[in-house]
Amino acid sequence: MHLAYPAVLAALLFCTGLYGVLARRNAILVLMSVELMLNAVNLNLVAFDVWLSRTAQDTLHSGQALALFTIAIAAAEIGIGLAIVLAVYRDRATADIDRLRDTAETPGDDPDHPDASGTEKAEATA
Amino acid sequence: MTTTTLAALVPLLPFLGAVAGLLLGRTAPGFVRPLAVLPPLASLVLAALVAARQGGGRAIDAYTLLTPTGSVPVDLALHIDGFAALVAVLVAFVATCVQIYSTGYLRDDPRYPSYAALVSLFTSAMLLVVYSGDLIVLLVGWEVMGICSYFLVGHYWGTPEARAASLKAFLVTKLGDLPFLIGLFALGTDAGSFRITRVLGAVASGGLDHPTVIALLLLAGVAGKSAQFPLHTWLPDAMAGPTPVSALIHAATMVAAGVYFVARLLPVFEASAAAMTVLAVMAAVTMLGSGLAALAQDDIKRVLAYSTIGQLGYMTGALAVGDRGAAVFHLLSHGAFKALLFLAGGAVIHAAGTNSLAAMSRMSHLRDRVPDAFWTMTVALLALAAIPPFSGFFSKESVLAAAERLATGHPGPAPGAAGWIVLVAALATALLTAAYATRLWLLAFRGRGAEAPDHGRQPLTMTVVLWVLALPSLAFGALAYRTLPGWFDGRSLAPTLLTSVLGTGLAVVGGLLAYGAWQRAAARAPRVPLGAVAAHPEGDAGLVEAEAIAAHEPAYGDIAQAPDPADPGRLLLGPLFGPAAAGFHLDAVYSALFVRPVLGAASLVRFLDREVVDTYVRGAAALPRLLGAAVRRAQTGNVQTYVSALLAGTVVLTVAVLLVASGA
Repeated sequence: MHLAYPAVLAALLFCTGLYGVLARRNAILVLMSVELMLNAVNLNLVAFDVWLSRTAQDTLHSGQALALFTIAIAAAEIGIGLAIVLAVYRDRATADIDRLRDTAETPGDDPDHPDASGTEKAEATA
Repeated sequence: MTTTTLAALVPLLPFLGAVAGLLLGRTAPGFVRPLAVLPPLASLVLAALVAARQGGGRAIDAYTLLTPTGSVPVDLALHIDGFAALVAVLVAFVATCVQIYSTGYLRDDPRYPSYAALVSLFTSAMLLVVYSGDLIVLLVGWEVMGICSYFLVGHYWGTPEARAASLKAFLVTKLGDLPFLIGLFALGTDAGSFRITRVLGAVASGGLDHPTVIALLLLAGVAGKSAQFPLHTWLPDAMAGPTPVSALIHAATMVAAGVYFVARLLPVFEASAAAMTVLAVMAAVTMLGSGLAALAQDDIKRVLAYSTIGQLGYMTGALAVGDRGAAVFHLLSHGAFKALLFLAGGAVIHAAGTNSLAAMSRMSHLRDRVPDAFWTMTVALLALAAIPPFSGFFSKESVLAAAERLATGHPGPAPGAAGWIVLVAALATALLTAAYATRLWLLAFRGRGAEAPDHGRQPLTMTVVLWVLALPSLAFGALAYRTLPGWFDGRSLAPTLLTSVLGTGLAVVGGLLAYGAWQRAAARAPRVPLGAVAAHPEGDAGLVEAEAIAAHEPAYGDIAQAPDPADPGRLLLGPLFGPAAAGFHLDAVYSALFVRPVLGAASLVRFLDREVVDTYVRGAAALPRLLGAAVRRAQTGNVQTYVSALLAGTVVLTVAVLLVASGA
């Protein structure tokens, strides 16, 4: 089989995943899209491993080994990710990441101008 | 044990007691009182042993190199001659009395543990000064006393007077200590050693290059510590501390340190005639000024404080005429009777509930409330006024005789003019001393008016100490003036006929003047009712005293005087009364000369720091702050935006790398 087929398939998968990560609003679907991207990478790893071993440049199948690692890590990642999403959902009753903006910088909390009591404390210590 | 070991233990024991007291004060309150009393008591026994073994013979010297400094080495040295041995006994004796007295005086004070530990530390520092044979080690004790006096004077830190007084005591003595330090370095460099024996050896062989400069620099420190004009102003204000502390500071330790230091290094001062003349003038001004000021004070403790300054003037006067034996003799007898005066004064304040003489003069039967304090204080006042045969008579006569010897042309180490200055000032002060002692006694114990409140007898720890101290005040002078020359330089300390008659006569005249003025003025007393007493007369003496001190200024309008027309001092001093009560406005002069310029400079520095330096700092921060504000806008909180930016950045970088790699 020509290397182009799995490569193109992997690229398509990766782009689909990327689109999902950037565009979906549901956190679970974002996680699923991340899985797609990881699997696209796995596909690339296996395909190039076969291609390289055929030309006898690499006989250790390190691509396949790395794919196994990636799968293991992806399993852990999705476990933790889903747990976080579950926790957030229980807390906020939503998994919409457009509405989870607690880390945003708002104009109100400017560190250079703390509130009045802080100013007095600074005066006292000065 | 060898004498050296015993001597090393003398300052060490109170120090260890202080450390243990500070560590155990909170966890084991039961040990605080033994830890306060026993170390000074043990030191007293050891100091007496050392004195007995030294016996006024050859000085005991022992030293070990403390630290090599590269130039002049610093030794851990002992130098115990007759002066050191006897002064150490006095210090330990007074400290023991003060510690025992304090257990009764501050029996309900919550901060008694730290107080007792600081008193022990103070004692240990003074003993270090007394025994040290090395000037740098002496300086350590000297400065430890400075910081301890700051803490102890400020013991009633709840009252603003105590806070101000402790700061003032610290700053004024430090003002003298800076020249003192420079003088010590100059002395050490000139003599090639900080060891006292070597310094004295260098002086004897004429090895000092700048004796006048060194002597004057050292005198500044001595004036600060020994409360001599013009650095005496801290001492009357230091009366805001507890009475036992006043007794300790003013009888045997801090103020004695300056006189003792000059006595020890007298040859250095004698090398410069100018320094001796300055010393004489300083002593004369101090004696006369303090005598006048003491006559006008209303606070019983401030009277005693000014009398301390005056008696220290006698000692510096004796040093100025080159007789350190007389100076230390007066130091010893003064230590005993002044400690007694303060401790008895504390009992009187406790019984009367006020420290104001004007208020006491409107109470009758005060002496029946505190009979022990009355009798012992009478003894001590007679000693202070130098009436024979009390101890003050003999020591003061030895000073007068020394001045007279020098003034009448006997060759001495100081210029004859110094002798005249000291002699005239000392005789005039004898009159003033007797006058204010009589005034104090009459106002405190011969008051007329409502009966003094009865709070029951004073604690036994307080009264016993008074009688113990009354013994040396009564008999020390008469017993010691024949044997003491053997301990000192060998010069006779016996009273001479002329000065005895003159001094005693003037003292009697002063006493009679004060009595006459009191009788004339007392008629006016009932017309002007005065009196404010402490809010909690049932409390322990320390509490009563703190309240009395805090109440004086609101009640009488001034910390030093009361608007009392029946005051005999007012009649005696006439128009001088107001200035004398205010210490001749020296504080106002200092305030205008030093305090206000320093405050002005401080506010200028504050302005420069806040408005000028800070402007640059804030300006330097402006650009990063603007950039930060711009970058902060990118923080939307939307994860997908971040990932998009990440992707865009990756694409841009990849394209750039590809372009560079392909050589485009």
